[in-house]
Amino acid sequence: MDLIVTQALNGFVYGALLFLLASGLTLTFGLMGVVNLAHGSFFMLGSFFAVTAIKLTGNFWLALLLAPIPVVIFAVLMERFFLRPLYARDKLDPVLLTFGFSFIVTDLTEWAWGKEVLSIEEPRLLDDSIELLGGLFPLYRLALVGFVLLIALCMWFIIDRTRTGAMVRAGVDDAATAVGIGLNVPLLLTSNFACGAALAALAGVIAGPILGVYSGVDVEILIPAFIVIVIGGMGSLKGAFVGSLLIGEADTFGKTYLPDSAMFLIYLAMIIILLARPGGLFGQPPSER
Amino acid sequence: MMESPRVVADGRVDRWEYVALACLVVWPFLASHYASGLVSETFIFAIVVMSLDLLMGYSGLVSFGHAAFFGLGAYATVLLGVKFGLSPWIGALAGIALSAVASGLIGYFCVRMSGVAFFMLTLAFSQLLYSGAIKWRWLTAGSDGIGGMQRPDVLGVSLAHPVVMYFFALTSMVVCLYLLRRIIASQFGHALVGLRENETRMRSMGYRTLLLKLVAFVIAGTFAGVSGALYAIYTGFVSPDALSWGMSGMFLLMVVLGGAGSFLGPAIGAAVFLLMKHFVSSQTDHWLLIVGVIFVACVMFFRGGIYGLIDRIGGRRATP
Repeated sequence: MDLIVTQALNGFVYGALLFLLASGLTLTFGLMGVVNLAHGSFFMLGSFFAVTAIKLTGNFWLALLLAPIPVVIFAVLMERFFLRPLYARDKLDPVLLTFGFSFIVTDLTEWAWGKEVLSIEEPRLLDDSIELLGGLFPLYRLALVGFVLLIALCMWFIIDRTRTGAMVRAGVDDAATAVGIGLNVPLLLTSNFACGAALAALAGVIAGPILGVYSGVDVEILIPAFIVIVIGGMGSLKGAFVGSLLIGEADTFGKTYLPDSAMFLIYLAMIIILLARPGGLFGQPPSER
Repeated sequence: MMESPRVVADGRVDRWEYVALACLVVWPFLASHYASGLVSETFIFAIVVMSLDLLMGYSGLVSFGHAAFFGLGAYATVLLGVKFGLSPWIGALAGIALSAVASGLIGYFCVRMSGVAFFMLTLAFSQLLYSGAIKWRWLTAGSDGIGGMQRPDVLGVSLAHPVVMYFFALTSMVVCLYLLRRIIASQFGHALVGLRENETRMRSMGYRTLLLKLVAFVIAGTFAGVSGALYAIYTGFVSPDALSWGMSGMFLLMVVLGGAGSFLGPAIGAAVFLLMKHFVSSQTDHWLLIVGVIFVACVMFFRGGIYGLIDRIGGRRATP
């Protein structure tokens, strides 16, 4: 019983991290039609910048605030000067471009921070455990889940209830018409890309104490985030949320109870969903996009 | 997907291609065994990369899972050779057959998708095989891989000799290049290019586009299997890396670097990539950075890749 409850929490933690990545990934896809293969790089950069920020300031919370900033700057430059000229081209050109960027980032992080596994200490404030449902829970993990839920709530509010959100939804539904009715779509794309990068970097920071900080973590987290958005529906925020929960739990329980076939089954689920519902659980079928 | 102006190769062979072939034939007699081995490897990779070009450059299907068929070919060869003690030739034939069957099964589902969905579905299938290769240790020895296969004889001469291996790999590549060009020069090949240019129109003209794509996918998968089997014979070793998305990504890089839609371009891309990797890695640690920058530059500015550049500089016919 204890084990199940603990695993469930770990599943939520992993799912929460995946959601921070998948939400940016899915909106980038929805708005631009680009599968951003460098999205994991934003995550990894967030982790590494946090390590440096903590070394400089000695404060986790400051790092949480500071680390996403350089990542966002990088993302904005990348979108403005490299991705934007490619939007008019074939949909796969920008995808290939982001693939190239992921190599560059991996190399530069190894250059700057080395190849060893670094770590981020949990903040003193949350370095504790509490008893819940008969299990002992690390406070940090509980706080992480709460924090991400809060972000998800904010995102839902912004997307669903504000003017900006309406513009995003319009862009996802039909970018050409959105331009036609006078929305500033280029600005929308850049800010969306920047927000996605910020969320990924944030995920990188808070994942630091749990996953560790190392070169290669980008791919480790990107692949499951892909699975999430494929299952949830590419372009759908709700899909990203539900998908993250599903994959977070499935991965955690799978690794415990079916260590030999968990990943296999998850990929199989991805394939079946792609075939049966090409739009995923909550997305629109690709033909209507 | 490519903007390449090249429409269809007509099967003619350029004079400079004979010159290049002559140089490759002389090479092992001038270079060290070690250098010959290096070039043999590029011949083997050229085959799988050309097969990916059949999908990417000619049919407009960008696969992110092509390593699946390369890896299957390699695994079958090594497994049958090492675990069952069969001749690597039998293993290679079985591997190629396995790749063909697997590409038929996987292709049956994948060709129903296009664009990004196709890209993701091919990735998912290859990762499925990858996770299988990692986890089913009883068969595959997991991430350690399986090694220790001896190179077989060909026509009574052992491939263990680097020069023999070199000529075997060269011959295989030339034969594959010839076959792929014949395929593209055929009516079927023209139909594939039609698919790339405008699938809807092809369908309304009465072409069975799904079937066309499936056949292209199986041909590409089979050639990838040939390449994988050769790679297994060359190295005597296989690990899950051969099936990984990193490998698929590397194939994509080679195609883009060489120039999609030209067969010879991606083959040059494979050679440049591997030789550069070898020499750059021995000089500096920043191989990935260099690959990334070159790749970004290719996508942004040199969509025709190296082959397009040669075309432009040489002022040769852009549209054969």
